[in-house]
Amino acid sequence: MSFLTLEPIRLLLYLVGVCAFVGANAAYLVLAERKGAGRIQRRPGPNEAGYAGLLQPVADGIKLLAKQIMVPPGTDALLFRAAPLMVMAPSLMCLAVIPFGANLVARDLNIGLLLVFSFGSINVMALMLGGWASRNKFAIISSARVVSQNVAYEIPMLLVVITMLMVTGTMNLNEIIHQQAGWFWNWNVFKVWVNPLMPVTFVIFFICMLAETNRAPFDMAEAESELVAGAFTEYGGMGFGVFFMAEYANIVVGCCLATILFLGGWQSPFGALSGVLGPLWFLLKMYALIFTVIWIRWTFPRTQFYSLLNLSWKILIPLSLFTLVLTGVMIKII
Amino acid sequence: MSLSTAIRDVAGGFKSLLVGMRITLGQAIKPSITVQYPHQTLKMPARFRGHVKLVLDPETGKSRCTACGLCVKACPSDCIELDGIKREGEKKKSVTEYELDFTKCSLCGSCVDVCPSDAIEYSKDYNVVSLNREDFSHMDLVKRLEAEAEIWRKHHPPQAAAVATTPVTAPAALATGAKTPSPGQKAP
Repeated sequence: MSFLTLEPIRLLLYLVGVCAFVGANAAYLVLAERKGAGRIQRRPGPNEAGYAGLLQPVADGIKLLAKQIMVPPGTDALLFRAAPLMVMAPSLMCLAVIPFGANLVARDLNIGLLLVFSFGSINVMALMLGGWASRNKFAIISSARVVSQNVAYEIPMLLVVITMLMVTGTMNLNEIIHQQAGWFWNWNVFKVWVNPLMPVTFVIFFICMLAETNRAPFDMAEAESELVAGAFTEYGGMGFGVFFMAEYANIVVGCCLATILFLGGWQSPFGALSGVLGPLWFLLKMYALIFTVIWIRWTFPRTQFYSLLNLSWKILIPLSLFTLVLTGVMIKII
Repeated sequence: MSLSTAIRDVAGGFKSLLVGMRITLGQAIKPSITVQYPHQTLKMPARFRGHVKLVLDPETGKSRCTACGLCVKACPSDCIELDGIKREGEKKKSVTEYELDFTKCSLCGSCVDVCPSDAIEYSKDYNVVSLNREDFSHMDLVKRLEAEAEIWRKHHPPQAAAVATTPVTAPAALATGAKTPSPGQKAP
């Protein structure tokens, strides 16, 4: 036990653990996505590689690894190569502060929430750089879209987060979870006595999370029917693979955050059994959210870019501002 | 737009999204309807038109064709060639050679309609693919019937001896068709 609590050993274990968690999730969420798409369209999805298609991610990975990484002439070679890393690394770092259980957190930072959002915003820049460095018209258009979309959705998301900060009074993610102990009505999403619009806040956060991770119906960055593959057009092999994995890693981080902020993190819904079974509850809630993300993707068609921005500027931002003010007033009164 | 209509719009729009999600979830829990093609196949519908084939008479295990040649005359694309002989002790002629040029056949079905003894029908064969043009320009239907008759004999052992004494084989016809391997199998 004392050996495991040594700081370097602990950090190494968490590093490996986080990398493995992200890698496994990225690989198998692709499969889950395709299986989910299959179910919704009433077909089985990939089922040839391994039992029920369980080896499909392995096959895909080998295929991507075996491909040559081309750097097309005329591209900015440095940025072109750096962009996939810059997409992947921040989402890995975000997981360092995510508490999976009461004691299962790599770094219990008191500004964890801030760290997640500051790293989260690097994702936008990396996508923009990737598109810019590609020297491809589709990639450039995609970059412009990514930036305007993420700027538009960062605002309501951060407004919601500020609301949550006012409610919780801390940026320590574990502390936020501790405050939601007890039965499930103590979860922030159901705390209507703090702010009657709390469920709406959660929905806003979720929509913004979809937009920030460039997921359907907001996947303007890689709108394959218009922009070939958007910012990833010129990428092949593992360069593309890393972008792809980063998308899922970002979804994992986003869903973790939604779970922590609104659904009580590793707290059990009945106020008991959240100690040992904490990580289980956490993963259960997180995967339920991820399932919803997949479900949404295969339900709705891609929005127009105008509607996307309209939704943010005309609906989400006023609404989140209103909840922010309302929460402030409620806190002052109570 | 007043505030109340705006709120009603947003709420209505959100509700419509939930309706859509309920529909997809409803579909997701229904069973999958995919037929895993190479592993499973569908039974062809009764009216499926494959290339024509000679009918195996389930009672005799032989063709009903009397080599009357009406189908040859009825064919607008001129893709049937046949020959027959009169065997000892039989009233009618029996077919020895029936060659279909499937590259020209338009599956119009005139031959099937015109046949007085119901000796040809559409096969349910849809796996018609080959690297060899000859397989389709000279489809030997008698040889294909023989393959079917082989299976028929296995299921009718008492008659097997009787059939063996009067074989329907046509060695001369098979000589030309011998090089044509049966392209595609019947759906399992």
